[in-house]
Amino acid sequence: MATIPARARTWRRRETRVQLLIWLAWLFAVALFIGCFRLISEKTIWAFVWDAPQQAGDLALRMVPPDWLYIRALGRPIWDTINIATVGTLISVLCAIPVAYCAARNTTPSVAVVRPIALFIIVSSRSINALIWALMLVTIIGPGVLAGIIAIALRSIGFCAKLLYEAIEEIDEGQVEAVRSTGASGAQVTAYGIVPQVLPAFAGISVFRWDINIRESTILGLVGAGGIGLELNGAITQLYWTQVSLILLVIIGTVIVSEWVSAKIRHAII
Amino acid sequence: MSVAAVAPRRWKRPPLIKSAWLRWALAIGFALYLTLVFQTTPVNWTRVWEGLPRGAAFVSAFFPPDFLSRWDEITEGIAESLWMTVVSTVVGIALSIPVGIGAAKNIAPAPVYYFCRAVLAVSRSFQEVILAIFFVKLFGFGPFAGFVTLSFATIGFYSKLLAEDIEDMDAAQAEAVRASGASWLQWFNYGVQPQVMPRMIGLGLYRFDINFRESAVIGIVGGGGIGATLNTAFDRYEFSSAAAIIIVIIAIVMLCEYGSGHLRRWAQ
Repeated sequence: MATIPARARTWRRRETRVQLLIWLAWLFAVALFIGCFRLISEKTIWAFVWDAPQQAGDLALRMVPPDWLYIRALGRPIWDTINIATVGTLISVLCAIPVAYCAARNTTPSVAVVRPIALFIIVSSRSINALIWALMLVTIIGPGVLAGIIAIALRSIGFCAKLLYEAIEEIDEGQVEAVRSTGASGAQVTAYGIVPQVLPAFAGISVFRWDINIRESTILGLVGAGGIGLELNGAITQLYWTQVSLILLVIIGTVIVSEWVSAKIRHAII
Repeated sequence: MSVAAVAPRRWKRPPLIKSAWLRWALAIGFALYLTLVFQTTPVNWTRVWEGLPRGAAFVSAFFPPDFLSRWDEITEGIAESLWMTVVSTVVGIALSIPVGIGAAKNIAPAPVYYFCRAVLAVSRSFQEVILAIFFVKLFGFGPFAGFVTLSFATIGFYSKLLAEDIEDMDAAQAEAVRASGASWLQWFNYGVQPQVMPRMIGLGLYRFDINFRESAVIGIVGGGGIGATLNTAFDRYEFSSAAAIIIVIIAIVMLCEYGSGHLRRWAQ
């Protein structure tokens, strides 16, 4: 009566072949991971690593309490750090506008020549970290805030231009068409058809990048490009650990405030 | 007759900020700020002027870059950066799964939630290089410090996005699995994980890119990898070797981006 088939098929998530492939991929990934870890461990002095918890405890003891009075010396470096981030972002968005205009498929003057150049500018600016730009600029134009500003600007052009050209490519062509059909010139089409559509995105991108740049500009001083990183580097090399902990607190505070400001502004725009 | 000729008022483009008062206040405030910046920022223009020929020398070093004279150092540095990237991405993501689950408000109890959010905040507010300075102090020079740095930074990035993704998931699907009598692990594996998986694979690959880019930098403070080689090249004014290193970095970043784009499309 009860004719249950001999081999009832149980539900499975995947077919056998797919499951095997997934297992193979896992095997490969694990082998790669172990191989890489062994190469790292060959270059590591393990005695130092095992010693690390004790070192960390030692360091933590030396860092409390923070040297609160030192805050009086930090006003200037923080002002410089914020300036590096703000002016750097300003320069970068000004440079990013023409690059994005040339990189977007619907506005570029020529797809064959100008667009690849613009894309190349975007990629090379994005691949190189601000610290590396700062390293180059400090050797070229000398240490100081100016090197930091230019480093931040060069690093941010790619980021801003990439997001901006994606925004330009997503605009509603109907509005552009409508402006063009009234007999507007090329510049008028851009000003009345394209700019109003991407302006909110543009403002959002600038503020977002400014927030990232505040974080980036805290370290530029390590290679001599001004800002609070200079103080941090000095305090660490002179082993003033109580000053180091105060600097770290100031950095956390600045980063949190800037994140809050940027979130507020972006919320208001979008 | 002449009624139509007199237009009541001209049309003007609607501005981005509606309130005129706020618009002007922002513009004037920003102008004031900029003048203040220019007055308080000392720029040594003679030094900048002197540096321009050096800048020209650097730019001309790119034509042609010198790959050969430091080739061994370059390959070794790049290889070290790549190992660090692989290991730290894997370890970072493995560690950020529990942190991310703990930081999701809809499935974690309150004390766990606040603890995990605190870990996230600390890991996110410091730039990788600052973390690297401290980890180099603790673990000594070399790739191990770099690996710990990148893993820690990965936790901040990845578990925040994972937590947000879990918070945005469709609760009904998870509820259905739970209603069938699943244990917590089964519930997570069949109800939650399939919903967040596609996006998380993409983000993991994206983080791999970021980790490689950062691994090129933390070498400057002693964290191993290609950054140390680059720093030395700059310090010795070997611009053509530095140019070669930068070109190699750009090439690998582009390759990673291209490859991860393909993998992401395949995973989704």
